Amino acid sequence: MKHDKRPVNLALTTLRFPITAIISILHRVSGLLLFLSLPFVLYLFQQSLASIEDFDSLQDCFQSVILRLVVWVVLSALWYHLIAGIRHLLMDWGVGESKTGGRIGARIVLVFSMAAILLTGIWLW
Amino acid sequence: MVESVSSWSRNGLRDFLLQRLSAVVIAAYIVTLVFYFACHPALQYYDWESLYTASWMRIFSVLTLLSLIIHAWIGMWTVLTDYIKWILLRGLVQAVILLILSICFIWGIMILWSV
Ligand code: HEM
Repeated sequence: MKHDKRPVNLALTTLRFPITAIISILHRVSGLLLFLSLPFVLYLFQQSLASIEDFDSLQDCFQSVILRLVVWVVLSALWYHLIAGIRHLLMDWGVGESKTGGRIGARIVLVFSMAAILLTGIWLW
Repeated sequence: MVESVSSWSRNGLRDFLLQRLSAVVIAAYIVTLVFYFACHPALQYYDWESLYTASWMRIFSVLTLLSLIIHAWIGMWTVLTDYIKWILLRGLVQAVILLILSICFIWGIMILWSV
């Protein structure tokens, strides 16, 4: 099949994305990020359990702002993916599937994940 | 029915269910850890170590690790299938991801077994 004659509008600056689309792509991006951070998380996990010396030196490393920032980004992705994932599961279950329901759910996801991300930041600092 | 040789269970519906089931296991694990951290504000090594020597936690951790690998594979498979249309390249990237996930699984088991 050839679609050459179809009008194409991928001018991203002129398209308006509804909140549900943003929620959805962020879920994908956060999932991708979590996958990429797996080796890093496993490394931290390994150091935390290797020995008391490694545990303590890991705690010292957390003095570094950069490490804390990286961990914050990973945890933020985790919270977002978790909360948006729960909305996804609820919608698979049939909850909030309507157009307005989807929008309300998307707002709840944004508010909850923002709160979780902020709290994590406070906890880390 | 079209079967895809590289999907996890070669069956879209089963993949769909497995991805949801694994998501629930991972979520439960996260909630457990958050609860644990909330109960141990100034965490010491020996508390942390004794958590991971407990049998229930080791079983739970291995189960979560397995769920995570399956979940990430199905998830990444979906993403790759959406964006990489050139089958050779997709196969190659899939192989790299499979390798990374296998290493993570074995590494995770090694960490859990060394405690
Ligand atoms: C921490 C490790 C995790 C990783 C590496 C991960 C990774 C991914 C990836 C790459 C996708 C594919 C995204 C897409 O198709 O757009 C995905 C999808 C999904 N994830 Fe996760 N995830 C993790 C944890 C979780 C948790 C804790 C939940 C709990 C609710 C969850 C729920 C979901 C759901 C429901 C989907 C399906 C989305 C869809 O079909 O479009 N994930 N995940």
